[in-house]
Amino acid sequence: MFGFGILTCLVFLPLVGAAFILTLRGEDEATCSNARWAALVTTIVDFLLSVYVYAKLDPNSSAFQFVEEKHWFGGGLVYKMGVDGMSMPFVVLTTFLMPIAIAASWKSIHVRVKEYMIAFLALETLMTGVFCSLDLVLFYLFFEGGLIPMFLIIGIWGGPRRVYASFKFFLYTLLGSLLMLVAIMAMYGYAGTTDISVLLKTTFPASMQKWLWIAFFASFAVKIPMWPFHTWLPDAHVEAPTAGSVILAGVLLKMGGYGFLRFSLPMFPDASAYFAPLIYALSVIAIIYTSLVALVQVDVKKLIAYSSVAHMGFVTIGLFSLTQQGIQGAIFQMISHGLVSAALFLCVGVIYDRMHTREIAAYGGLVERMPLYAVAFMLFTLANIGLPGTSGFIGEFLTLIGAFRVNSWVVALAATGSILSAAYALYLYRRIIFGALEKPSLKAILDLSPREIAVLAPLFVLTIYYGLQPGPILDATATSVAQLIRSNGEMRTAALVTPARFESMRE
Amino acid sequence: MIPLNFALAHSLPELVLAIGALGLVLAGAIRGRISDWLVTEIAVGVLGLGILVLLGGRGTAIVFGGAFVDDSFGRFMKILSYAGSLVALLMAQDFLVREKIDKFEFPVLILLATLGMSLLISANGLIALYLGLELMSLSLYVVAAFHRDNSRASEAGLKYFVLGALSSGMLLYGASLLYGFAGTVSFSGIAASVRGAPSLGVIFGLVFLMAGLAFKISAVPFHMWVPDVYEGAPTPVTAFFASAPKIAAFAVTVRVVITAFPGIAVQWQQIIIFVSILSMALGSFAAIGQTNIKRLMAYSSIGHVGFALVGLAADSAAGVAGVLFYMAIYLVMLLGTFAAILSMRVNGRAVENISDLAGLARNDGAMAFFLAMLMFSLAGIPPLAGFFAKFYVFYAAVEAHLYWLAVIGFVTSVVAAFYYLQIVKIIYFDEPAPSFDKAPAVLRAVLALGGLAVLLLFAYPGPFVSAAEAAAKSLF
Repeated sequence: MFGFGILTCLVFLPLVGAAFILTLRGEDEATCSNARWAALVTTIVDFLLSVYVYAKLDPNSSAFQFVEEKHWFGGGLVYKMGVDGMSMPFVVLTTFLMPIAIAASWKSIHVRVKEYMIAFLALETLMTGVFCSLDLVLFYLFFEGGLIPMFLIIGIWGGPRRVYASFKFFLYTLLGSLLMLVAIMAMYGYAGTTDISVLLKTTFPASMQKWLWIAFFASFAVKIPMWPFHTWLPDAHVEAPTAGSVILAGVLLKMGGYGFLRFSLPMFPDASAYFAPLIYALSVIAIIYTSLVALVQVDVKKLIAYSSVAHMGFVTIGLFSLTQQGIQGAIFQMISHGLVSAALFLCVGVIYDRMHTREIAAYGGLVERMPLYAVAFMLFTLANIGLPGTSGFIGEFLTLIGAFRVNSWVVALAATGSILSAAYALYLYRRIIFGALEKPSLKAILDLSPREIAVLAPLFVLTIYYGLQPGPILDATATSVAQLIRSNGEMRTAALVTPARFESMRE
Repeated sequence: MIPLNFALAHSLPELVLAIGALGLVLAGAIRGRISDWLVTEIAVGVLGLGILVLLGGRGTAIVFGGAFVDDSFGRFMKILSYAGSLVALLMAQDFLVREKIDKFEFPVLILLATLGMSLLISANGLIALYLGLELMSLSLYVVAAFHRDNSRASEAGLKYFVLGALSSGMLLYGASLLYGFAGTVSFSGIAASVRGAPSLGVIFGLVFLMAGLAFKISAVPFHMWVPDVYEGAPTPVTAFFASAPKIAAFAVTVRVVITAFPGIAVQWQQIIIFVSILSMALGSFAAIGQTNIKRLMAYSSIGHVGFALVGLAADSAAGVAGVLFYMAIYLVMLLGTFAAILSMRVNGRAVENISDLAGLARNDGAMAFFLAMLMFSLAGIPPLAGFFAKFYVFYAAVEAHLYWLAVIGFVTSVVAAFYYLQIVKIIYFDEPAPSFDKAPAVLRAVLALGGLAVLLLFAYPGPFVSAAEAAAKSLF
């Protein structure tokens, strides 16, 4: 279309929907309903489009596919899009969660509906753009641009401390990203281009790699988030509206992991090896510490937010183990966590919509009134723990196998975290669902409505399906990950020869 | 000997302005007070004609005995400052009528100031520089105090005049030292005689010259006048001050250091880096506590000068191109923002507090959206234009291995992001304050154009970037 390829359509289609909503006039119920439907239809079409791309993707090739390139700013900055086996699952995850997020806010958002839908559609464009862009500056544009709609979503439709949370989210992430931008500029200066496929083949000198790695780490560690850079996350999650939390946990956190996977590991192989112990240490601390913190939370959303930090710890361990199992497991864990944590936030949203409180103590004995809800919540809780048979298990298991080949102590400590996750998740479940239904306010609470069932059902099915059939995701990523590990090994030997070039460049 | 008509052809934009300004003075004097709208329209037409002439300009020529240079760098900056004056004039009209200060001298003074800017940008020697600077400054002093029955405006004008005179003195002193030690006033002559290890006198001259220029571009530590003058002067005048004169002063700063002192780049780079860091830091931190939006914009403009100076510090064609690009985008953001500030009227009375914007998103969705986009752009968030402006200047710095300057710049821009976000927060998150009166169409159009320009630049940036690059090359 207009000389653009399918990925551009995929990325910018939501903006078309947003433009349509912009043309709607008025604030009455009919307009709001139109805005909702327009957003839902747009996101579903976008999802179907991404499934089509996914089906067309050749999993046996590690090259970028559906590549499109256009002149942009000139001087090495190009508009270049493309996907491979590592990025495509994230694209589909994003487009899959979007209609769910829209449907989840069907009833709970009733002020400024048009603006809300536009913000979400713009966010979708920016998120899918992150995973599709093959130019560093373009990537940065999408990566950072996502802050604007999320800032507004938290700040306008969020909870009581929304202003504090939105500012913290924005400024924290911005600081990390700007350091990455300095590194991007340094890479641009060194390689003369910001084309990712060229940079993947460029060997940066070892001394430069360390600085670049640290700068990228500053951005991704905040985004994913790793301990001790995680403090924005509980605030943002708690104050965001349900759909905002779903997207935050489901997609935005994955951008950090994707960044490590796409840039840090393949472009700075020496620095990645050098800093791997740091990553292990931070991840193990994250897993154990945040699990313990999760145990004492009184707010449901905060508890799930902390558990997200712990789960991302497994992801970083797996990524930096630099083994086939570890990295594939990390990707799987990210996809699985995207489904499970999104589902958990939706479950919290269900009871929040009814009771307007997120305090755990306000609930208890819900199983008596809400059997369907209890079943759904149980499955997602078990998947969050990583019980075999759910998708949560596969990712955790693979990352630990991968890490075991590198460092058994890390695995031993991380596995403790798994036990702790069972403790806090089951403890939460008991307090909310079981026990006697004593609180008078809960006596009349209703079970899942058809809309809520429709929202949760796809996640329910996929959580079980990927628990039993991890093949589709693992097959899609296998070739690209193998290529990543291979080139990583090759470039580590190559970097030893390059310092001479770096010194000559400095003069 | 260069024939006169050749010289006149290359100074045609200045001739247009000069003839226009003098003609308007005559017309105004004859017709008396009734001619306000007409004078503004003619002045706008004159500026527009000037821009058209500039767009048609080609090549590089040095005329009037080496005092005046016409090159694509100069034309680029002149177009920006003419455009700044033009839009400021358009936006001023409604305000002046409401405040009952719609005298015909206003457009004339703006035209004369713009003529001064034009001469300043084209100055190729210290004397031409001083002449241009003073023609610009004297007009500006009067314009600052234009609302003469208002004590704040008079105070602003007086402050500006006293401090401006001081800075002119410093500049003259530096220029005379340079003349004494280099034996010439032309930039190329200075460049030829000042190389290697310069004498102390040249260094002194350079420092004083830079101090005078830093005052005009409102860089720290010569920024003291800015918040008071910006707050006190009538709002359209503030919009004008922050746009056109600043661009002209920036242009001449770039031209002086690049063409007159290429031999002692290490010396002036130190000054520029120092001034740049201080400006970025002060612009970011001092703006946080402000409650008056004009004062906030004053600190914001100080910070932006600091960012633009980062590009100059790199001392490269890429850096200068970055500065040009930055100035162009800054002009758009600034005029858009001031269009919004001028639209802030409740029951006919102008309001200036940031809190008056509360809940604007409910009262006027379009204005809120465009203003929010401008704020995000000023903060440098992609994909808005402000990000690319920063990208190019900081990239030049990184390329020149000024990594720490870039890191400091980014850290301060996070701090600055805080107060821009604060405005967005007030617009979108807070409960509505009394809604504003319907703004005149001109203001709404400027705001909308500014907002759309920063939002959509990323879609088709090619021509602007290459224009800036071509203009920067003409200096090297």
